[in-house]
Amino acid sequence: MSEFLQQLLNGLSLGAIYALIALGYTMVYGVLRFINFAHSDVFMVGAIIGYYTGHHLPPGTVGSGLVVLAAAMAGCALLGIVIERFAYRPLRNAPTLNVLITAIGVSLLLEYTFQNQHVFGAAPQLFPPVFPVKNFQLGGLSISSNQLIVIGVAALLMVALEFIVHRTKIGTAMRAVSLNPKAAQLVGVNIDVVISFTFGLGSALAGAGGILYALNYPSVEPLMGVVPGLKAFIAAILGGIGNIPGAALGGLILGTVETFVSGSQWSTYKDAIAFAILIVILLFRPAGILGKFTVEKV
Amino acid sequence: MIPAPRHLAATVVLATLFAASCARQSTAIKVGEIASLTGKEAAFGQSSHKGTVLAIEELNRAGGILGQQLELVSEDNQTKAGESATIARKLISRDKVVALLGEVASSRSLEMAPIAQSSHIPMISPSSTNPAVTETGDYIFRVCFIDPFQGVVMAKFARDTLKVRKVALLTSVSSAYSVGLAKYFKERFVADGGELVMEQKFSEGDKDFKAQLTAIKAAGVDGIFVPGYYTEAALICKQARDLGLALPIFGGDGWEAPQLTEIGGRAVEGTYYSTHYSPENKTPAVQEFVKKFQQRWNGETPDAMAALGYDSAMVLADAIKRAGSTDGAKLRDAIAATKDYPGVTGATTIDAERNATKSAVVITVKDGQFKFVETVAP
Repeated sequence: MSEFLQQLLNGLSLGAIYALIALGYTMVYGVLRFINFAHSDVFMVGAIIGYYTGHHLPPGTVGSGLVVLAAAMAGCALLGIVIERFAYRPLRNAPTLNVLITAIGVSLLLEYTFQNQHVFGAAPQLFPPVFPVKNFQLGGLSISSNQLIVIGVAALLMVALEFIVHRTKIGTAMRAVSLNPKAAQLVGVNIDVVISFTFGLGSALAGAGGILYALNYPSVEPLMGVVPGLKAFIAAILGGIGNIPGAALGGLILGTVETFVSGSQWSTYKDAIAFAILIVILLFRPAGILGKFTVEKV
Repeated sequence: MIPAPRHLAATVVLATLFAASCARQSTAIKVGEIASLTGKEAAFGQSSHKGTVLAIEELNRAGGILGQQLELVSEDNQTKAGESATIARKLISRDKVVALLGEVASSRSLEMAPIAQSSHIPMISPSSTNPAVTETGDYIFRVCFIDPFQGVVMAKFARDTLKVRKVALLTSVSSAYSVGLAKYFKERFVADGGELVMEQKFSEGDKDFKAQLTAIKAAGVDGIFVPGYYTEAALICKQARDLGLALPIFGGDGWEAPQLTEIGGRAVEGTYYSTHYSPENKTPAVQEFVKKFQQRWNGETPDAMAALGYDSAMVLADAIKRAGSTDGAKLRDAIAATKDYPGVTGATTIDAERNATKSAVVITVKDGQFKFVETVAP
């Protein structure tokens, strides 16, 4: 029993990170109807910003942990807005395929820029322990403070996001753009501002995800975003792309399943089994768990 | 003013001849080196590269070989799968190297080996310990021991010194080195009456091992053997300690890198691994090498990869000298005939399977430093 609870905890803390990244994919899809493949690299940039700021702060205090988190979120929000402004906005009226290819280009640009020896280099670096680390024993369960921080911060950010989207003016505008961009523009919503804001918000969540990931797995390198990014993308689809609670749910499910499979004798097939579950769910619910199936008019 | 063009023509002809003769004079013996200078296992590539460079510079200062200077053509494979094969082809066909040195990791050596073999260019791996590497063909050599020996060393050490009776393995399925070493360890440990309780698996580049470690914890063992590389080993130790696993964790020569203690921190204290050499060894050969290495590379202490990188270049140079030629087949015969070459990592004799038979040392981590524990003779 305690093994089951331990694996559940491990799975939830991994899933919470997938969920944070998945939210960015889903939000951008919601307003622009395309997959921002550079998102996983924004996640990596978040961790690298944390690496640099963390080295200038006293290690192991809550204060410096929060500063690092805020710096990464702010830096990534800015990066997301810049990417949207210079790479995607000029293609706003181009076919989705063009934007998709541009997104892959931006992703490679970020990866190779950071792999340059004068920027960061390809070798993994140690992420400084910015938050205080402590292990708790609860019966047979051992809980590290980092796991609690990951789950706590992720939950807090998701609640904040839910608040922004449903209780603020800009959130209402986001939902309006997502529903019908032309009609939103007609009633006076500034589309450019809303899209910039969406990118900024999604990227800030990816930045936070980067820090939380690096806290748990403290080696940082320029390709660290590729695999978690792919998993988060799957999580977003699993939950129903474009649906915010769906992305969170998808991330948690994927993280938990992956952890349980890794802990079993089929550990080599953990990704294959996670993806097989995705296929099964999509066979029965093509729009994802929480997604609504809509017919696209041609 | 009429002769001017003729003068010009003569000058051009002379200049061309001069340039051509210069080019002929400056031909150096080109040796190719493939290493992971950046990327996930950069610490291996960097160490081995520094050792190799030191050896080549030393040889050139002493007048080179066969009256020619040596030129090292180094290429980085960024620790990426697939790169080494492409680079080996490029080094052989474009740079016309006479021999290849590399790679540290067995998986990447296995990529280069078929290309070296089919081009009849001898290849010496400094530190790939998987037996399959030299089985590729008669042009492939190594200057280190192989995993069947290393696996036995650690199985005996776990049983006799650490008193481990029930063991769990955590193997990387995507690394030839890890799978091989796990196999030989298992065979010996079980043959000696030990019990293999469970074998958990991961892939190169994984960062989350909590699930596997939780399962190991629930299984109840007295030791974990992690045949893998330092990047994963450090994270595994860290996560094991986070989960409250206080039992001994031990591995092979893939652990040896400063990053093990940098990333692992307190979690790797008291862990053990087997490797090829220890800088604490008091023999004059080792102490002289350590001194030379520290002078050349800003006081850095050479690890096993550096010592093997140095030895691989020196064994090659010795063979070129004895062959009196850089012809592929002659060079191969000369390397195969290497007997009792006094290297830093011990006397090197190439056996019929083109491997070197050497003793292993066991190292432990104490106060963030690598400390010598014991030497195990073959």
